[in-house]
Formats: sequence, structure tokens, C-alpha cells
Amino acid sequence: MNYLHYIGTYFLMVIEMFRKPTKWSVMKKLILKDIDDLIIGSLGIVAFISFFVGGVVTIQTALNIDNPLIPKNLVGFATRQSIILEFAPTFMSIIMAGKVGSFITSSIGTMRVTEQIDALEVMGINSLNYLVFPKFIALTLYPFVISISMFLGIMGGLAACVYGGYATMPDYIEGIQLDFKPFHMAYAFIKTLIFAFILATVPSYHGYYMKGGALEVGKASTTSFVWTSVMIILLNYILTQLLLSQ
Amino acid sequence: MIEVKNLHKSFGDAHILKGVTTTFEKGKTNLIIGQSGSGKTVFLKCLLGLFDYEEGSIAYDGKVFSQLSEDQKREIRADIGMVFQGSALFDSMTIAENVMFPLKMFTKQSKSEMEDRVNFVLNRVNLGDAHNKKPSEASGGMQKRVAIARAIVNKPKYLFCDEPNSGLDPKTAIVIDDLIKEITEEYQITTVINSHDMNSVMQIGEKIIFLKNGYKEWEGSRYDIFKTDNEAVTDFVYSSELFKKVRQMYLEERG
Repeated sequence: MNYLHYIGTYFLMVIEMFRKPTKWSVMKKLILKDIDDLIIGSLGIVAFISFFVGGVVTIQTALNIDNPLIPKNLVGFATRQSIILEFAPTFMSIIMAGKVGSFITSSIGTMRVTEQIDALEVMGINSLNYLVFPKFIALTLYPFVISISMFLGIMGGLAACVYGGYATMPDYIEGIQLDFKPFHMAYAFIKTLIFAFILATVPSYHGYYMKGGALEVGKASTTSFVWTSVMIILLNYILTQLLLSQ
Repeated sequence: MIEVKNLHKSFGDAHILKGVTTTFEKGKTNLIIGQSGSGKTVFLKCLLGLFDYEEGSIAYDGKVFSQLSEDQKREIRADIGMVFQGSALFDSMTIAENVMFPLKMFTKQSKSEMEDRVNFVLNRVNLGDAHNKKPSEASGGMQKRVAIARAIVNKPKYLFCDEPNSGLDPKTAIVIDDLIKEITEEYQITTVINSHDMNSVMQIGEKIIFLKNGYKEWEGSRYDIFKTDNEAVTDFVYSSELFKKVRQMYLEERG
């Protein structure tokens, strides 16, 4: 029964987030601040992880292809498919659930503990619109982060492939162009946009409705990471089944 | 003026407020006192509209809050200033930005008009040189004064303060009490203070409501509190030797 209550509260929160909008002059600044915190602030870690994981995917693929009959361009092909279909949209989102999600939960949770949310409500401000809506708008730019992740992942693969001597650059480039289906990009970005919505709202829910003090802020951040990850993995399965199955 | 009639509030099986009826008068400092768990904070949050209540009514200058449309409720809220126990200043903003926040949200003033008003209220609370500090760089007393400045910047009709002296040294507490009283008289605001600081009761309690176990046990002024023989009130107010002596002296002086 409790879970039904939580799910109901979550959807009511989402509806409330769009009601009674905050003044545009104030909202504009909040959105820009959240773009800086959530998107620009994540680029460094996204670039670092994508580049090196791309390299590792390439090395693992190359090491597992020991049959001389398999063409060398398969290394590039497998890296591209892994990164575009799963690593960049899904696993990067789980990493972002840790980075961005914890930040959202702890910042909103601290505002709850220190009565800053009550202060907004007393002033007659829709605190959900003020706090959560700008995060949602900022995270609509999340597909750009994932594009960068895809690009750097493939580049990391190229670097590892060429400098590790697993295949030549022309082989790798031929591989990443092989049998390219544009719909795979659409599939990746549809997933990314849905995950962005989850990344903005689930951590906000855990921060906004938390009760207690500083210790509970930490607990709420952990719970938020777990539930955001669970939601991403479940939705990944459902969306893959819906979009890719014949 | 705020009129409260027969207010009932429960959380599950716990009946917190059991039919509180009272009036908070304009231009006066109205204090709600009582032991921890007596329902003071719940009462204040009902007055602020942060908690819904099951029964009763709260009327702001004759307008019954529960009967108002959402837009009318918003208008009432725009007339409310609140000083929270922990100040509740926005960490991400400077002191000047915190004070300017209600003006940005609810008025169409130009930037220079807003800056003038912020300068005026910060000077009024003796913080004319603290504009660019972050709340984390300010002392507890300064944070409380910023919270008061933020609460009055939009010229509210109603000012609510939750334990405005908690965590402050006695001297700063007196400064804050005096400031609230001065502002209340100067702007003719209806001020409601939730407190269990007996110094505040003696200093600024023009009207005092004593809550016990969710009931209004007693009400009167700071002068009446010396004369009352209500056991619950005397037990609570004169629990310290100092206040017992103060009372004794007062009664002896008055014969």
C-alpha cells in the first residue's frame, strides 16, 4: 500500500511542477544556474569516463576476436553499437544518477531541513515549480551530453585500437560506418530524453518529501540513487523491447 | 487582525489542536507560549497555511482563509512575512538578494527601486554594510535580522516569528525582540510570535496566548501574567527562581 502512496505522490508532484509558474525573469536565471550545475558541471566526468570506457570496450572486443576469418573492422562496429545503444544512454545515465541525482536530492533535501521550502510556500510561491521545473528544463539538454559521450567513447575506442595495435585506423573507421542504422540514434535519444525526465524528477521527489535532519539528507540521497537507477534499468528494458523488437 | 475560531488539527490519531479560539490584534506583538509539544508550532503552521486543519476557521482581516479562491489565498500570502526559527535564508543568495527575493517575485518594481527598498530595510535592521555577504558568513543574530528584513521588505500586514530568539545570546535576543516590537508598531502589522523565552514574554508580550495539550489554557497581557493564579501558567512561566522573584517584586510594588 505504501508503494502506491509513493507512486501517487510522485505523479502529483509532477503535475504540481507545471502549475502556478514562477515569474519568467526569475525562472530564466534558475534554468541557467541549473544548466551550469547539472549539464556543464557534468561534462568533465562524462568526457573522462566515456573516453576510457570506449577504449576498454574496444580492447575487450579485439581480444575476444581471435579468429583470423573475422574481419578487423568488426572491432569498430562492435564498439559503435555498444556505445550508441547502451553505454552512452543507459550506463552514463546511471553514473549521472549518482552525480546529478545525489546533488539534486541533497540540495532540495537541505532546503527542506532548513525550512527554506517552507519559506517559499509561506510567500505563496509554488515551491515545486520553483525548484524542480528548472531542473527538468535544464536536463532537456541532457541528449547533448550523451552525444558528447557517444563521440568521445568512439574516439577512445579509436585511440585504444590504433595505439594498442588491435586494428588499423582505416579498419576501425570502416567498422564504425558499417551497417549504420539511423534509427539506432533515434532509439538512443528517445531513451536519453526519458532518462533525463527520471533524473530530474525522482531525485527531486526524494529531496522534497524527505523528513528529518542532516543524517536523513544523506539517506535520501542514497535512496534516490537506488530508485533512479532501478527506474532507468526498468525503463531501458521496456523501451528496448518497444522500440527495437521486430 | 487575525481571528481564529475553534481550530482543530490532528495527525492520524494524535489530536494536536483541540478547539483553539483567539484573536491576534493589529499593531500588537501577540505571543503564543507553552511547553514543548503543546501545539505551538502546529498552530503557527496552520496560521501560515502550511497545514490544513479539520475544523474551525482562520480569518485575516475578516477574510476566512479556507473560503478563499487560490488567487485570493495567494494575495493573503503575499501580505505575510515570516521569520523562521532557523532563519531559512537561501544559501545560494547573498544577504541583499535574500531580502530582494520577495520584491522580485511579487512586485513589478525596477531594479533601482528594489535596491532602494533593500537598502532601506537592511539599514532599518542595522545591516547596512552586509549586502554582499552570504548567509553562511553571518552570525546567528545577523541571520535573524536578515530574516526580519526579508519578512518586512514587501510591507506585510502580518508578521509571524517562530522562536526568533532561539540560539541567540541574551543581549542579541533583546535587540531582536525590540526590533520586532518597533517594526510592529511602526508599520501597524499584526505580529504573532511563537516563543518559550520568558524574557520575550516580559519584554514584548502585549497579548499572550498560553497553550497546553492543544487547548488554549489562558490569554492576557504581560501584566496580567504577573497576577494570574492559573496553575498551568504559573508553573510554566515561573519555573525559574529569577522570574518568581520578578513576579514577587511586581506584586509587592503594586500592593
